[in-house]
Amino acid sequence: MKLTLRVWRQKNAGADGAMSTYEVDGISQDMSFLEMLDTLNEELILKGEDPVAFDHDCREGICGACSLVINGDAHGPERTTTCQLHMRSFEDGDTIDVEPWRASAFPVVKDLVVDRSAFDRIIQAGGYITAPTGAAPEAHATPVPKPDADFAFEHAECIGCGACVAACPNGSAMLFTSAKVNHLNVLPQGAPERETRVLDMVGQMDAEGFGGCTLTGECATACPKGIPLPSIAAMNKEWLRANRKAAKR
Amino acid sequence: MRSLAPTVISMALATRPVKGTAPGKRPSPARSLWDSTIGKKTVMAVSGLIMLGYLVAHMLGNLKIFFGSDEFNGYAHWLRTIGEPLMHYEWTLWVIRVVLVAAVVLHAVSAYQLSRRDIKARPTKYVHRRKRASYATRTMRWGGIILALFIVWHILDLTTGTVHADGFEHGRPYQNVIDTFSTWYGNVIYIVAVTAVGLHVRHGFWSAAQTLGVGNARRERLLKTGANTLALVLTLGFVSVPVAVMTGVVS
Ligand code: HEM
Ligand code: SF4
Ligand code: FES
Repeated sequence: MKLTLRVWRQKNAGADGAMSTYEVDGISQDMSFLEMLDTLNEELILKGEDPVAFDHDCREGICGACSLVINGDAHGPERTTTCQLHMRSFEDGDTIDVEPWRASAFPVVKDLVVDRSAFDRIIQAGGYITAPTGAAPEAHATPVPKPDADFAFEHAECIGCGACVAACPNGSAMLFTSAKVNHLNVLPQGAPERETRVLDMVGQMDAEGFGGCTLTGECATACPKGIPLPSIAAMNKEWLRANRKAAKR
Repeated sequence: MRSLAPTVISMALATRPVKGTAPGKRPSPARSLWDSTIGKKTVMAVSGLIMLGYLVAHMLGNLKIFFGSDEFNGYAHWLRTIGEPLMHYEWTLWVIRVVLVAAVVLHAVSAYQLSRRDIKARPTKYVHRRKRASYATRTMRWGGIILALFIVWHILDLTTGTVHADGFEHGRPYQNVIDTFSTWYGNVIYIVAVTAVGLHVRHGFWSAAQTLGVGNARRERLLKTGANTLALVLTLGFVSVPVAVMTGVVS
């Protein structure tokens, strides 16, 4: 396949960026999108040019490091992560636009790399349980009803990639935060911090400068892990409950 | 390996000082209701539902115009006597007015502040534009502005009579309504506004359910159908009055 790429290039956080056009040839349909970018970078390095910086780690769709807005879609046209997106989703001769996540809470570091440490700080604010660490406990020590276990698991699938923020016209982190809150709040292990977790994580989310939710649903459409839109309503419910309880105290 | 340097910097960023509230130092529940995005959205949902409840009653009241001037004017008079003898003449009406003004102001201020925040959170547009589902958000914002302007015009037209077409008379609402809908601009403004109400309620009712945490996957169909029905009934109910005046059914 022969492709024309228009890629966002930006030297550093302070510099102005712009789209640059590159031609790549000899791309196989079986390559992943990131392998296609590797091909481009090898050529750039041989020419003595600066390779395109992009984030990646596991390349198997589980770590949440890869990003990229491809032709206006976070993680591209398929419902998967960019590392699991294959070139067979494109046609020979296509022009593909590649841009970084856009949100004021995710400033561009270089080219296609953005700083997603705002997510880390939301997790630090309450995305954990206070449990003794050590050897794994006996699996049946704490019974969890099946529907709750399923609900928790569905939300535990979030890999923290930030596609939800990138896709949201308001740069809102509600889907990510709701996935993390719901995952732990429904489980007995998460019960001791049920109220403080949602209040503190939402407080941190707001402090990071993410936008509010207008329920456009773009986030859930973009999410490679299928975190559903009603998760947000479930977190709203948790927040209102926690705020009511705090008022009674 | 020039590109390594920024990576190192970005790792260092993860340890930059934490913004936000320190654990154990949470704002009071009342403060969070106004300061947090979820809280402010709750204020919008509750004030929106109060206005929605009022609109349903208002629409039903308007339909009385089909039963003649005596019934319509009598109904308008009754509105001023609700709660008597406990309440004095017009007291209840004033209570309703104060609640509604509070709802409109809280709703509009929250809408403005949240919209400002949302726009700031996403300052850079994507170069590759695609049809975004920000359709609902944009209709809510523009529709809201249309509604705000309409509310002002509507009160100056039919409550105070300040901008009324000709010969406004207090206590004779039947005639006043017919005057308004005998002008082309009266009809246009009104029909645009009630269409905006329909669109606003269509997304708003469902949104309010999500905001208040009563939405879930199982109730999705029910809430969406409810929102559509409510929007349609409200719009048709309101629109029937100018249409009836225009076609001479009510004169
Ligand atoms: C003063 C004029 C008004 C303005 C400026 C306004 C503006 C808005 C905006 C911007 C939203 C948020 C949309 C979003 O976040 O997705 C909204 C939501 C809403 N509006 Fe209005 N609106 C107005 C009047 C009304 C009226 C008359 C009603 C009554 C039917 C109403 C009912 C609602 C409801 C129920 C919501 C949903 C709240 C939520 O999302 O939780 N609004 N409005
Ligand atoms: S909710 Fe989905 S899109 Fe958002 S961070 Fe988690 S996995 Fe990524
Ligand atoms: S690189 Fe790990 S999810 Fe894509």
